[in-house]
Amino acid sequence: MKLMKTLMAATAMVALAAGAAQAKQLVYCSEASPAHFDPGPVTGGNDFDASAHTIFERLVEFAPGSTEVIPALAESWDVSEDGKEYTFHLRPGVKWQTLPYFTPTRDLNADDVIFSFERQWKEDNAWHNYLEGMTWDYFQGMDMPKYIASIDKVDDLTVKLTLTEPNAPMLANLAMQFASIVSKEYADQLEASGDMAAFSTQPVGTGPFQLVDYQLDTVIRYQAFPDYWDGKQPIDDLIFAITTDASVRAQRLLAGECDIMPYPAPADLEALKADEDLVVQEQEGLNIGYISYNTTEAPFDNPEVRKALTMAIDKAAIIEAVYQGAGQDAKNLIPPTMWSYDDAIPADVYDPEAAKAALEAAGVTNLTTDLWAIPVSRPYNPNGQRVAELIQADWAKVGVTANIVTYEWTEYRERGKQADRKGPFMIGWTGDNGDPDNFFATLFSCSAIGVSNYSSWCNDDFEAAISAAKTSSDPAERTELYTKAQEIFKAEEPAITLAHSRVFMPMKKTVLNYVMSPLGSHSFKGVDVQE
Amino acid sequence: MLNYVLRRIALLVPTIIGISICAFAFVRVLPGDPILAMAGQHGVTPERYEILREQFGYNLPIWQQYFNYLWDVMQGDFGISLATKRPVINEFMALFPATMELAFVALLFAVIIGIPAGIFAAIKRGSWFDQVTMGVALTGYSMPIFWWGLLLIIFFSGYLGWTPVSGRIALTFFLKPITGFMLIDTLLYGNWAAFVSALRHLILPAIVLGTIPLAVIARQTRSAMLEVLGEDYVRTARAKGMSPNRVVNVHALRNALIPVVTTIGLQVGLLLGGAILTETIFTWPGIGKWMIDSISKRDYVVVQSGLLIIALIVMSVNLIVDLLYALINPRIRVQ
Repeated sequence: MKLMKTLMAATAMVALAAGAAQAKQLVYCSEASPAHFDPGPVTGGNDFDASAHTIFERLVEFAPGSTEVIPALAESWDVSEDGKEYTFHLRPGVKWQTLPYFTPTRDLNADDVIFSFERQWKEDNAWHNYLEGMTWDYFQGMDMPKYIASIDKVDDLTVKLTLTEPNAPMLANLAMQFASIVSKEYADQLEASGDMAAFSTQPVGTGPFQLVDYQLDTVIRYQAFPDYWDGKQPIDDLIFAITTDASVRAQRLLAGECDIMPYPAPADLEALKADEDLVVQEQEGLNIGYISYNTTEAPFDNPEVRKALTMAIDKAAIIEAVYQGAGQDAKNLIPPTMWSYDDAIPADVYDPEAAKAALEAAGVTNLTTDLWAIPVSRPYNPNGQRVAELIQADWAKVGVTANIVTYEWTEYRERGKQADRKGPFMIGWTGDNGDPDNFFATLFSCSAIGVSNYSSWCNDDFEAAISAAKTSSDPAERTELYTKAQEIFKAEEPAITLAHSRVFMPMKKTVLNYVMSPLGSHSFKGVDVQE
Repeated sequence: MLNYVLRRIALLVPTIIGISICAFAFVRVLPGDPILAMAGQHGVTPERYEILREQFGYNLPIWQQYFNYLWDVMQGDFGISLATKRPVINEFMALFPATMELAFVALLFAVIIGIPAGIFAAIKRGSWFDQVTMGVALTGYSMPIFWWGLLLIIFFSGYLGWTPVSGRIALTFFLKPITGFMLIDTLLYGNWAAFVSALRHLILPAIVLGTIPLAVIARQTRSAMLEVLGEDYVRTARAKGMSPNRVVNVHALRNALIPVVTTIGLQVGLLLGGAILTETIFTWPGIGKWMIDSISKRDYVVVQSGLLIIALIVMSVNLIVDLLYALINPRIRVQ
């Protein structure tokens, strides 16, 4: 008994001592382990959260809670008359993080910026292939090699980016995570020491937090960067407690083991909302779940048939049954949080009688078609099989027989791209950079046929509108053009726009100033905790 | 004895080759192209696709890919993870202590409770204790681990707040791993509060992982005891007027334990299998969770090599158990 008492007293004392020395910390129950900490080649949202939004920064950033592009490492920029030259004026006095493995001798300069892009762009750059089998998915995926003509140093704090053709979404691309600015001085040091792979595990950035330690699959520890150009963060320690199971994350939050978590399971939302210590923020996701008709296949080549088939679907019932409160009817291709969203477009109506009449008027009777069901759960479509079954039942009511087909996910997408694919194809998209071009051109431009235009749809008026919008740098003009594009899309119905997901972010009420990003990233810059 | 040992080791070679073929074939018959899987929603250009195929050797004939793989493995090179670009063996070594610690404590829990429960059930055969114990054991054996784990978390961590929900240690403790075994490391650091925290984190996962072995061990002990208790020498011992305790502990138990030891050894494979689910539920950073994460990321290299390494470990443990068995039971050696 005496021993027990002594032990308990000792425990209490250690706990007290730990408490007294404890810094202000925020624990984020993150959803997965990062691949590594180089934001250039990684692709997962959790990878970006762990590197691009903590350790690193970009020339420009998305303003908190919006898709608007604001200055960051570049204080300002000028765009030439022809829209092909972007001159960035770097912020002076931006410090690189000092870590046990690196002590910077200089501030951020143009060499760092040029290195950050050239390593992704130029195949002869020593860093282009510094990890085995690495790819620069986003740099390639956003077509940067096609648009960049050159990147030049004007002086230490000025960088000129020359494009091959005007491209308005370029600024938004530069705010994306892959465009994070890394240290050339650090890269040179590693190259000299022969340990280049350390660039991905021992990161050095200019961002608000610096890496302290990463225990594989367990926990990532950061501390506030004391010399951060925008001032030291209100919290001292930021901890990512990696918790892959959504229900376990919810339990950890309820038990107070973490302060904030992403992606709750729909089944846990009620309990999280009911807890008086918690608050659940929510927002529309920057995504779209849709079903592409093959517009080159009869009878889907007739817009009237496509519209009639859409009209035969009870979207409200699907959203209620499948999305369980985490979805919202999509009347446009782009989600409502994106600029240029056309709210004047009427929502799709459910009218099986009218649909049947329209199909008959178009001469379509006894139609039998394949219906492709997405084989994986995605935020924009949690259960493709169930959606397909509901549509199958709806279409049966108007005399259309749908046979549900599906394949393994990569195989599914490959087959969906084939020009002679039979039947409507269920798919979706998550926005990369918050620019409407990233939806319209990526998914429905003529040049995307065989890549990501699953409707094989090429409409001259639509193409003209989105091409003009891409080259114009006037936001008002671009908005007008995208509004027109949305009208054409609705009149032509190359695809059924099904739903946008809703995203939830439960957190303790003591977490202050957290702003959800419409782009789905999780940033803790400026976040404080109430003590 | 030496002959027996050599024969057992020689038998391992074809098994290892068989397993390596299975692991290799397994990830290749899975649907989906690893390169496309790596590429994400933007895909890769056909040129880049070819370059990557060549880089990873996927363009070679399948038998050549297998022999290259076998050759690398024999040199201790288990490949580089597609996702993290780190050597698979490094990741394995970093995570394996967590699994071992959990499995060891789970087995300890199963043995400490299972053997006495089995003995009592055998002695009191047909009593309410026997029936309840065997009923519970059957239930435990049939329990889906995933559901059982979540149930315990919700009740003990969520509702009662007695145990932590998940992880290995409270986040307030920041201790660099020395051995990788949290209970040992915290003691090496002399941090008693951290040790308590690590122990508290072990309770639920060890119970969940230990439930099935506990049921198996309890049932095996009971039937082994029943068999032995019916033997002539036990009856003789009783007839001599020996105390019931001495009959059970000295005469019966010693002999009954031989098959139980084998059963315990066989549980190691089961524990590593069960660890996959247990670790996933409790966010326990071990090799089970690592494998599951890698499957969902389509990290073929990790899945293939991970399977092989785990199979090698299970085989080694089984070999050791067999040898121990031979040591305590001389009849085996003769056969």
